[in-house]
Amino acid sequence: MEGGVVLLDFWPSSFTMRVKIALAEKGIKYECKHEDLFNKSPLLLEMNPVHKKIPVLIHNGKPISESLIIVQYIDEVWNHKSPLLPSDPYQRSQALFWGDYLDKKMYSCGKRIWVGKEDQEEAKEELMKILKTMEGELGDKLYFGGDSIGYVDVALVPFTSWFYTFETCGNFSIEADCPKLIAWAKRCKESESVCKALPDPLEIYGFMLQLKKRLGLN
Amino acid sequence: MAYINAEDQLGDCKQEQVILMATEEVKLLGFWVSPFALRVEWALKIKGVKYEYIEEDIFNKSTLLMELNPVHKKVPVLVHDGKAIAESFVILEYIDEAWKQNPLLPQDPYERALARFWAKFAEEKIFEGAWNALCSRGEEKQKALRQTIEAMAKIEGELEGKQQFFGGESIGYLDIILGWISYCLPVWEEVGSMEILNPIKFPAITAWINRFLNHPVIKDKLPPTDKMLVYFHQRSEALASTANG
Repeated sequence: MEGGVVLLDFWPSSFTMRVKIALAEKGIKYECKHEDLFNKSPLLLEMNPVHKKIPVLIHNGKPISESLIIVQYIDEVWNHKSPLLPSDPYQRSQALFWGDYLDKKMYSCGKRIWVGKEDQEEAKEELMKILKTMEGELGDKLYFGGDSIGYVDVALVPFTSWFYTFETCGNFSIEADCPKLIAWAKRCKESESVCKALPDPLEIYGFMLQLKKRLGLN
Repeated sequence: MAYINAEDQLGDCKQEQVILMATEEVKLLGFWVSPFALRVEWALKIKGVKYEYIEEDIFNKSTLLMELNPVHKKVPVLVHDGKAIAESFVILEYIDEAWKQNPLLPQDPYERALARFWAKFAEEKIFEGAWNALCSRGEEKQKALRQTIEAMAKIEGELEGKQQFFGGESIGYLDIILGWISYCLPVWEEVGSMEILNPIKFPAITAWINRFLNHPVIKDKLPPTDKMLVYFHQRSEALASTANG
């Protein structure tokens, strides 16, 4: 069952971080191939011809794309330890719902903040609304997954490595309005799986500055 | 909870499953023309699940809808034993897990991942693309059309060599997600004076559409075309005029 596992990775991407956390939670050994998104490898183009995007998980030579689809796949194949999705169908549906919610909202919102054009203020408000909603969903639980890291934790925690970037670009504080969420992020980072997958927020900020320059967005 | 001596009557069926079937209450909040709600109805019918359909006026949303789907305030919402599930993709996976007969998703994890991948792709590139083409004008419309047709070609590629349906011999998850193409896209094409699904360019999809529309679960459960034409004409005009300011 456990054939070769390869991850096509891009270190600042919250989406590849999700996959790395899932793989680590399951204790799966894999080869990490770093991609340069301005110079995509032939392997990436072959393995994800439709979107040409990372992450791509290659398992036994077969590619799987889209981060949450990959996480669900990992959970289904390596189902002997650390379940990420609940086994109860209703609880499972709620986890999938929140993963879908984050996929629809987080990235585009965050991007509008660090790009910093006229829609930045609106994007900041939207971000806080999303984070407060997630904080509400977390409630008094240690993790979204309950007592241990689960699918929704995996889906959301990578974006926290971008919080410093959002706050600096947008001149606001996320912790001021969402202290519980920040506490949750710190708790997650005590796990090796999360701590190893998430880059230093300062490195993310440096990456964003370089990216803006490269894309001519200054 | 009602207990029934299942094994006498239903053979292999597990007792737990029978208890669920005996006491469950399934409701679906929908809107007559919503392709998202119709997906859920198709899935419930394939599984043989009885449900109560509640029509929602999405232009005058009820307190019930706001309570059951406070995050998105949209239909469809499935309510099963008092618990609400929203988002058609999520509802479909829920239905597949709550009722094990006539599986919608493949059993193999890789095949499941592929079905989910194509469903997401089709929703983002074909559904949204076609809708954008319908509701925009000029260069924006042409761009949306081009992108939608390009995406359609990828689905055509996926269908080549498949049996009856994306799900194999029977309708599955991906057929249900793409099902709107069979009855709703032609209406959009007419309203928007545009062609996306050229039968010569897309023979596999065209053949699939014919099989899909003739399937017993599908054929008697479609919104009336004349009403759809009126509705989408009004929507397209309204959205195009707001876009142009």
